[in-house]
Amino acid sequence: MLFELNEVSLTRGDRRVLDSLSATIPPGATAVVGPSGAGKSTLLRLLNRLADPDAGTIAYRGKPLGEYEPLALRRQVSLVPQLPALLEGTVESNLAYAAGLAGKELDAGHCLRLAGLDPAFAGRDIAKLSVGEQQRAMLARALSQGPAVLLLDEPTSALDHATRDAIEATLAELRRELEISIVLVSHDPEQARRLGDWVVRLEKGRAIEAGPIEGVAL
Amino acid sequence: MTSIHLSPGQVAASLVLVALAAAISFWQKADLERDIGIATVRSFVQLTAIGYAIKLIFEADSLWLVFALLAVMVLFGALTARSRAKKVPDVFWPLLVALALAGATTLGLVVALGVFEPTARYLVPVGGMVIGNAMTASAVALNRLGDEMIDSRAKIEATLALGATAQEAAAPFVRRALRSGMITLVDSTKTTGLIFFPGTMVGMLLAGASPTDAVRLQLILLYALLGSVAIAGLVATALAYRNFFTPAQQLRELESN
Repeated sequence: MLFELNEVSLTRGDRRVLDSLSATIPPGATAVVGPSGAGKSTLLRLLNRLADPDAGTIAYRGKPLGEYEPLALRRQVSLVPQLPALLEGTVESNLAYAAGLAGKELDAGHCLRLAGLDPAFAGRDIAKLSVGEQQRAMLARALSQGPAVLLLDEPTSALDHATRDAIEATLAELRRELEISIVLVSHDPEQARRLGDWVVRLEKGRAIEAGPIEGVAL
Repeated sequence: MTSIHLSPGQVAASLVLVALAAAISFWQKADLERDIGIATVRSFVQLTAIGYAIKLIFEADSLWLVFALLAVMVLFGALTARSRAKKVPDVFWPLLVALALAGATTLGLVVALGVFEPTARYLVPVGGMVIGNAMTASAVALNRLGDEMIDSRAKIEATLALGATAQEAAAPFVRRALRSGMITLVDSTKTTGLIFFPGTMVGMLLAGASPTDAVRLQLILLYALLGSVAIAGLVATALAYRNFFTPAQQLRELESN
């Protein structure tokens, strides 16, 4: 298993965001679906250790998350947030920063192509890109670290239909080209069906269903 | 050095200007009469008290008493600045360390360089200015840091998510905070003598010192203050940003009020 979550709970203020959530996530492409407020984004943040649960355990490839060095884990299990949050500068300087953190040689053109951006974008100023282009730059930045797992939080929620379709095509292409697992949060069951092989359905902080996509009613 | 003598009557006469300020506030509905009253009473009580304290310390001529007074200034400075940088968690300790280091380093250097003698007459007033300016600079810097860290939460987490350390993720915001803490003094130092006459120079001229001496002392103080606000801003921001993160390099949950 890629991830195993066992009785995971997390409270923020007086809100129980995750409530004894147990689920498994196999290698491949998993879609985490559910209504807003179900705890989907929080779940992703736990997998990359941007936050820790109050109770319960999470294992990555059979080993508790706490036993990984958090910085090394985050380079391996890369989270792309819902809204673009790039550093000031060019697309390439963002990619170089991320690659440098992971100790990787940067092939900016390759990463941009994988994310569906023309390599000519490398020199462009981040501030002058559209949201869709920034989202792709975020994806390219994550890929520049050579991660084993991509955690994508609603990667198309801020985009129009045409851009959404293009990003979905990029993700499908990515899976064909790279040995990479994807955990994708989506509020759209159709998107989950298009991109996922496995699905985890959350409601009120609990996993109410998990299994191969064909067997789950969305 | 000649000195001047002022009677309580002369001080009382200057209250006419306070009354004028209160009248303007009342007339223009600026709603500051109460604050002007409090400011007048507090300045009177505080300055009179510190005046007697300084008199005692000068007469006792003991460096221990000087250090004790400076330590009290550092403590009150940190307590005052704390209320201006509420968004930074546990902000008191970074402020205390910043003010103490800024005061000790600046005074230590001016004494070591032979600028001032290590006596109460120099250390108390210069220490007060150094610590006061360090307090203002670190309060401004940490206030800015609090705003930046809360407003830029998404960016900081996105950088952490790449495996950056807390220090790397916070660096652009720490830099801006330090800059905003220092910029006021840097700017006022640029325009000093053109737009305003700084207090020490005014005081020395009024007390009958030669303009040359007044200018030289003022320059020494301005340069010392530049050093002290830089040290205070650096130490305060370098310690305070850590309080936004957990040991596992996670951004703490904060109330964004």
